[in-house]
Amino acid sequence: MNATFIHQKSKLLILLLIVTESVFFAFLITAFVLYHGSFHTGPNPYKSLDPRLTSIYSVILWSSSATMWLSERSMGRLSFTKAKRWLELTMILGAVFLIGQGIEYHGFFIQNVTPRTDLFATTFFTTTGFHGLHVLIGLIVLLVMRGLISAGFGTEGYQREGYGAAAYYWHFVDGVWVAVFFVLYIWGTR
Amino acid sequence: MSEVPVAIPIVKRLTRFEKEAGMLSWVASVDHKQVGIMYLVTALIFFLAGGVEALLMRTQLMFPENRFMLPSMYNQVFTMHGTTMIFLVVVPALLGLGVYLVPLMIGARDVAFPRLNAFGYWMYALGGCLLYFSFLAHDAPAAGWFAYTPLSEKPYSNLQGIDFWALSLLVVGIGTSATGLNIISTIATMRAEGMSMRHLPLFAWMSLINSFLIVGAMPALNAALVMLLVDRQIDGNFFKPAAGGSPVFWQHVFWNFGHPEVYIMVLPAFGIISEVIPVFSRKVIYGYAAVAGSTVAIALLSFGVWAHHMFAVGLGHFFDMIFAASSMLIAVPTGVKIFNWIATMWGGTIRFTSSMLFAVAFLVMFTIGGLSGVMFAVTPIDWQLTDTYFVVAHMHYVLFGGTAFAVFAGLYYWFPKFSGRMLDETLGKWHFWLTLIGFNVTFMVQHPLGMLGMPRRVFTYPDISSWDTLNLISTLGAYLLGLSVLIFLWNVIRSARHGRIAGDDPWDAWTLEWLTSSPPPVHNYDYVPPIRSARPLWDLKHPDNPDWARRGRSGSSHT
Repeated sequence: MNATFIHQKSKLLILLLIVTESVFFAFLITAFVLYHGSFHTGPNPYKSLDPRLTSIYSVILWSSSATMWLSERSMGRLSFTKAKRWLELTMILGAVFLIGQGIEYHGFFIQNVTPRTDLFATTFFTTTGFHGLHVLIGLIVLLVMRGLISAGFGTEGYQREGYGAAAYYWHFVDGVWVAVFFVLYIWGTR
Repeated sequence: MSEVPVAIPIVKRLTRFEKEAGMLSWVASVDHKQVGIMYLVTALIFFLAGGVEALLMRTQLMFPENRFMLPSMYNQVFTMHGTTMIFLVVVPALLGLGVYLVPLMIGARDVAFPRLNAFGYWMYALGGCLLYFSFLAHDAPAAGWFAYTPLSEKPYSNLQGIDFWALSLLVVGIGTSATGLNIISTIATMRAEGMSMRHLPLFAWMSLINSFLIVGAMPALNAALVMLLVDRQIDGNFFKPAAGGSPVFWQHVFWNFGHPEVYIMVLPAFGIISEVIPVFSRKVIYGYAAVAGSTVAIALLSFGVWAHHMFAVGLGHFFDMIFAASSMLIAVPTGVKIFNWIATMWGGTIRFTSSMLFAVAFLVMFTIGGLSGVMFAVTPIDWQLTDTYFVVAHMHYVLFGGTAFAVFAGLYYWFPKFSGRMLDETLGKWHFWLTLIGFNVTFMVQHPLGMLGMPRRVFTYPDISSWDTLNLISTLGAYLLGLSVLIFLWNVIRSARHGRIAGDDPWDAWTLEWLTSSPPPVHNYDYVPPIRSARPLWDLKHPDNPDWARRGRSGSSHT
């Protein structure tokens, strides 16, 4: 770790938080993998997973990482209007992903598939539910950031560092979805 | 000198924080010293609660076929005792010492994130209240501190006790994680000029490694608790055998947290011992780098030994052998430290203050607990002794004889810094000897009791062989231990008001915290001297013979 990095304490804190949160998600995904073998007995709601439709929502979520990066870059160049626009786009993409998840959940519920149905449903809803919760928390963080920029936030270096820390968290939320998508939707439905 | 540019922001901050004095400060404060004291006082209150629970258990077990308590009550009491002592006493007490001392030791104004620090404390306080609220809801958790499934599932624990337990530990765990992240950030970014990692006091080193353990281990507990709550609250299937779930999976996830947790409860204690023994032996720590490095080894190994808690499950010969080997391996870096401390004392001018007495007793008690731990790494011995009183004896030698003795050593050592007054040494000696005798009478006899086959967690026992005599001795020892805690409490209350004035540096110590006044001012330091070794105060007091001029001797004199 070089000296300039180590002075960025907000980013360090968020990176450590990301490590500890990643371990948390690793255990939830482990539960899915561990119980995957028993999905094949009885009725198979896991076959209702639609990797194709979800891949669209996934690309939307991952592209929000790019827009967040562009927003942070604009912030670094002190062009706050651009930073705001990219941030708003990021939030819209994140919200679209959550709506997609809501539609998917609704589809399961009308088929009467709930966490109590079987081990697939329990592990699926717990893992994706906690991911969705993290997206929601990320959106709230970004909303706060949006309000702060309007109030003149970002002129000081430490404020831009804080903005970078918020961006780290958003990238983490997208990164977890890479693992969740490939394990649950691609490997899990093969 | 370089202190002038540092002093200006300090003065600015000082005026900001001075507004928060008075009674309201106990709620509103974000000062690391006040938060540290709040941690310690709250841990002491829960220590008394957990102690009363222990005495209730020992009273029930005093005689065979005793009817002092109902079996259901006994289950609640032993669960609450274990949960309280681990999550609400030992960990927060060590974190409290950490948030108080680490910024002082590294010459910082505060922790990196003062508000997050207060948040960590208040989550702990809230979680503790949540756990004890279960008594008011007429159903304290009763499935033991590791709440094995399926016993902790709805069909077998259908009231709310386990829900309180899981929610409380989630909340406490969030607080613990926050404080752990904060301590890492503090040590990474707030060290004073010249405080390189090679000059970091060993207590700060141990707190740092401990915080990394928290980062790695707490999420395993959180994941386990979340899965248990999903099972209980929305009828999930994680640990339900009827739906294909595996109760053993709970054990894997829980002990992935549970074993690193054992080291979370002891590494800062190692740090305390590494500060106390050199000062009271008048010698520099022997092998500074070995103490720090072996702790890193312990931290890494601690993530690879969890299944030694599960030998009786029947994981298979191969896994048993792997985990037996890794568990024995972890005794090596721990043993290294014991020898470091003994070598530090060797040939030193030892001052047997109350603090030093507790530290020396720690070495013996912790070694006994460590040796019985290595015995458990041998799978057949584990099969014979698991879930007997031998386990109870082992873990209390590690956690009470180890950590609690170290915390007492630390409290006698740092109380003058916290309060400005000395703890009374006469009462301190009474406290020490009664604790040592009471502790050994209580728990030494539990070794033979376990070997004779008495299982843990049973509310009573038949009148067979020598179980009754051993249990009676153990209970009398527990009462003695209870008395020793009362003496300590009296000592703290009396000395806080009437104790001898301590002065800045009553022990002629060497780390930075003894430079400032006792108690330290809100801003900690008016100026921090140039730091060129691990003993900046030694260098300041002995300009003719500073550590940094003797390269290599202390292992810490890198400049």
